[in-house]
Amino acid sequence: MIDMTPNLVLVVTIGVLFTAGVYLLLERSLSRVLIGVILLGNGANLLFLVAGGAAGRPPIVGVEPEGQMSDPLPQAMVLTAIVITLGMTAFLLAMAYRSWQLHRHDEVQDDVEDRRIARLAAIDERATADDDTEEGSETLDDEAATARDETDDGLPADEVRR
Amino acid sequence: MLLLLAIHLAAAVVAPVLVRWWGRRAFWALALAPASAAVWALSWTSAVREGNGPVERISWIPQLGLELTFRLDTLSWFMTLIVGGVGALVLIYCAGYFSTTAHGLGRFGGVFVAFAGGMLGLVTSDDMLLLFVFWELTTVTSYLLIGHYSDRKASRRAAMQAIVITTAGGLAMLMGVLLLGESAGTYRLSEVIAHPPGGTAATVAIFCLFAGVATKSALIPFHFWLPAAMAAPTPVSAYLHAAAMVKAGIYLVARFAPAYSTHESWRWCVVVLGGGTLLLGGYRALRQHDLKLVLAFGTVSQLGLITLLVGLGSRATALAGLAMLGAHAMFKAALFLVVGVVDAATGTRDLRRLSGVGRALPLTALAGALATASMIGLPPFAGYVAKEAGLEALGHLDEGSAGPVVLVAVALGSVLTVAYGLRLWWGAFATKRAVVPASALVPDAVATQVDGASSPGTTTRLEPVIGAEPAPITKPSLMLVWPAMILAVLGLAVALLPQLGEHLLQPYAETYPEGEAGHLALWAGFTPTFVLTLGILAAGVALWLVRDRVERWQSGAYRGPEADRVYRRFMRRLDDVAADVTAVTQRGSLPLYLGIILAVFVLAVGITTITQTSWPDQLKAYDQPAQVVFAAATIVSAALAARARRRLKAVILLGIGGYAVAGLFLLQGAPDLALTQVLVETVTLVVFVLVLRRLPPYFSDRPLAASRWVRLGIGLAVGLTVAGVALVAPGARIHAPVSEDFAEEAVRWGGGHNIVNVTLVDIRAWDTMGEISVLLVAATGVASLVFLSRRGGQIFRADEARQERRVWAGPDPMARLRRATDQARVDAPSTDREWLRAGSTLAPQRRSVIFEVVVRLLYQTMIVYSLFLLFSGHNAPGGGFAAGLVTGIALIVRYLAGGRYELGEAAPVQPGLLLGLGLFLSAGVGLFALVLGGSVLQSWIIDIHLPLIGDLHLVTSLFFDVGVYLVVVGLVLDILRSLGAELDRRAETGEDAAFGSDDGVRSGAER
Repeated sequence: MIDMTPNLVLVVTIGVLFTAGVYLLLERSLSRVLIGVILLGNGANLLFLVAGGAAGRPPIVGVEPEGQMSDPLPQAMVLTAIVITLGMTAFLLAMAYRSWQLHRHDEVQDDVEDRRIARLAAIDERATADDDTEEGSETLDDEAATARDETDDGLPADEVRR
Repeated sequence: MLLLLAIHLAAAVVAPVLVRWWGRRAFWALALAPASAAVWALSWTSAVREGNGPVERISWIPQLGLELTFRLDTLSWFMTLIVGGVGALVLIYCAGYFSTTAHGLGRFGGVFVAFAGGMLGLVTSDDMLLLFVFWELTTVTSYLLIGHYSDRKASRRAAMQAIVITTAGGLAMLMGVLLLGESAGTYRLSEVIAHPPGGTAATVAIFCLFAGVATKSALIPFHFWLPAAMAAPTPVSAYLHAAAMVKAGIYLVARFAPAYSTHESWRWCVVVLGGGTLLLGGYRALRQHDLKLVLAFGTVSQLGLITLLVGLGSRATALAGLAMLGAHAMFKAALFLVVGVVDAATGTRDLRRLSGVGRALPLTALAGALATASMIGLPPFAGYVAKEAGLEALGHLDEGSAGPVVLVAVALGSVLTVAYGLRLWWGAFATKRAVVPASALVPDAVATQVDGASSPGTTTRLEPVIGAEPAPITKPSLMLVWPAMILAVLGLAVALLPQLGEHLLQPYAETYPEGEAGHLALWAGFTPTFVLTLGILAAGVALWLVRDRVERWQSGAYRGPEADRVYRRFMRRLDDVAADVTAVTQRGSLPLYLGIILAVFVLAVGITTITQTSWPDQLKAYDQPAQVVFAAATIVSAALAARARRRLKAVILLGIGGYAVAGLFLLQGAPDLALTQVLVETVTLVVFVLVLRRLPPYFSDRPLAASRWVRLGIGLAVGLTVAGVALVAPGARIHAPVSEDFAEEAVRWGGGHNIVNVTLVDIRAWDTMGEISVLLVAATGVASLVFLSRRGGQIFRADEARQERRVWAGPDPMARLRRATDQARVDAPSTDREWLRAGSTLAPQRRSVIFEVVVRLLYQTMIVYSLFLLFSGHNAPGGGFAAGLVTGIALIVRYLAGGRYELGEAAPVQPGLLLGLGLFLSAGVGLFALVLGGSVLQSWIIDIHLPLIGDLHLVTSLFFDVGVYLVVVGLVLDILRSLGAELDRRAETGEDAAFGSDDGVRSGAER
């Protein structure tokens, strides 16, 4: 059985990584956000290992005595997490580059459309056109007068026959 | 009955094709579907009369208690006849009504038949949930039919209004159905009716049901959608808004009346909704000028009347109500069809413009006259028989019920019916002395008059002019008249045999708990009811004679708030509220959203950690002393990275922290993780630097210093919470770890000794499969963000760039010194041996001989090492991920030493190929095991003894690992080619502003 006593040094490290990570995550600069995400990732990976138990010998059968091995399952999970973080890093950096290309900075701005809706809501203007809520001056009679079905009326006689 | 529904469905599906083949004649074929329903119902007539109607029951979703149950009793039989018969006639009418060039006829035909099918299912289903499904089906199809002319605003708006109102009501009804079903313990309609649940649930359910009824059958205060729905083509009005859909609500009342008609809230609903609708509809019908609108308000009025009759709950009124329902279906559908003929013949439905139509179209006028006579209750027509029976029954209602009040309301409503009925026929067919000239009705003229002379909502009265030219009349095909004529004559024929009707409908009336049996008769003697009928007719005629005055008075009188306007205002408010809620909740600020998510995390997880868990009894400082060193490095670098103002500094600190974490992994007993972490950290550093070339060297300043403290606060809170979790988590384990047997399983089934690697490629191979898919997506995303319109750019080969020598060019302080050596090189081209093939494509000042030599010597070694990691990974630290990263780093080194042409030389393939091949290989191995008879992704171990080499221990999961390797290499190559090579190329061609000339850089440096 693996020793399950928490390891204070690792706990403190995890706490600091999360604190710094969140602090950067809440920034507007995309590259800072990305650094924050990577710090968070490192913290989470360590948390995984700590939750899996205390340090042990590498989990390789035949080389190490089986009773002293560390838990291999969290390791497999963390391994994939590390590589995925690389993929995400590349993607976010590509986004930062694209943002620079378009705006000459890599800051995450507030959503313009959301702000527009809020601004219009504040003055009770409608954000979208909607036939259903319009209060036109047209009465039912006016509308009915313009509504005609596509019948034979008004067509040349030979077309009617067909 | 399922067969009939299938016929309708099939007809609806093939309708567009048929219309394309046969044009409007296809409606003849489509009419067969509803006709088959009517014929089928007729064939069951005698069995239904004796209470032996067919029952079909098919289990649908037994877990939910849903079943397809259909039953044909008297009420269903009657409704099926109406739905099928009128549906067939209207479809035949369509074949002559629409122009051959009309748009969207295929869709129209399909939706129309689908509606007929939905209606058929609605009236025959014996399961309340099934009934609701069909109910909504008719709502949706009617939406499509009302909005048939989707290019017209009025059409769209009417359709939207109808679906919003009827769906809202339908949802309320669903609630009622659920309440009834849950308290009755069954959803079978016949059983719920037989043993209706009582109590509060029943009261609430009744109100809910009436919400559905009122919206569907256009009772007040939801009546307004029906006149607006006149924007639909006239055949739709004839079928949906006279005979079928609006009767669905009535059907529901008729269904539940035997169970609940004695209930106090039921009575109130029936009297208020029915009576109010009856009077309001009749009143409004008197001032409409459009023939369809007269009919629409007339329908609203009649629906109120029928609701009253079937809902009141005595057997006599029920019989009269059912008779009225049938009579109304016949005469109102006929009248709509007749109006359609007039419309087609004259091009207008405005009764102020029509004159002499009766003379020109005598048969149409006759059909109209017969139907009108039935509507106003003239003997000997069906309307008369039904209304007479209704008045008689109302006169004999039990004391204590609302009999007298209802009687007065019905009498008044009937007077109004006579008046608007006469007005309709007179308006459509009479030859008038004076009509309103066409010029006065030009929409523009109307509009200006409305704007100038009156407030919105009051129609300006247009005075008829003697001698003005009425609308011109053409003669439409006679085929248009026959469907209406059949319905109108039928209204006369059934009235001549009242005993037959009574005989067939009486079984339904007998399901009511109280009241004496009613009778249908043409002549019941000189009774008080007959006197009342005479009085009604006289008053109605009188009201019609003074129609001008009535109209003038109505347009001047106070109208109160119009339901339509109230509805629109309400929808507007709803929009506003939605916008306000959106404005509050959706701020569009990423830090705010993240902050909220993190706050919730802190509160939820933090509180649980403190209150629901036990803190560990003992704590140790560290497992190994070296942990303290690496942990300190991690902590310090993280803190400094968070504080750094310079991008490069932050990134380098991040890298240091990453390597320190790798050390912690190693000490924890995870060599695979440490290896991967080191490699990933290296690649990350390079990727960062590639992009940082483009970004300003300093982070931009945040103007608010206060927000920094808030962020730090949230960060501390999250950090403390997670630290708490880290303290608690190890001790929280209550089960033996699932990985306990991994060691044995790995060797026995996975054929490997490195448990982590076997876990990745075998035990939890599905996870890995998902992960490499993510990598593929991420790589594609990177490439797409850079190349935008293509998956990948060109592959740069050294041959194509021999003469360029300007990769990574820039300011060259040593240019003068270099010129001499360059000259020497040009003088002696034969000695031009290069360490790297594309080294000469670099700008001279960017070249480094030492770097090139080292790369030349190291590259092959690194590739071989990566292959070693790949193949040994099953038994020792390594595997596909680590191997792929080592190969990736080898490529990075080539790129850094020789530029993008060198990269093209090192890997002359598109990364997409590697990614696709890798995923294909991994998935293919999984399927391979399936072919061999194992489960997906199962490993097969093959041991072969080869001469000279020795024993070969081959596990099929190795190929899975090769797939992983290829995907990782593809990812790195994609990054290098897009963020590296492509950015270089753009800098050289000037597509991106060159580094250093950027405004952001300068302003950053100034700070």
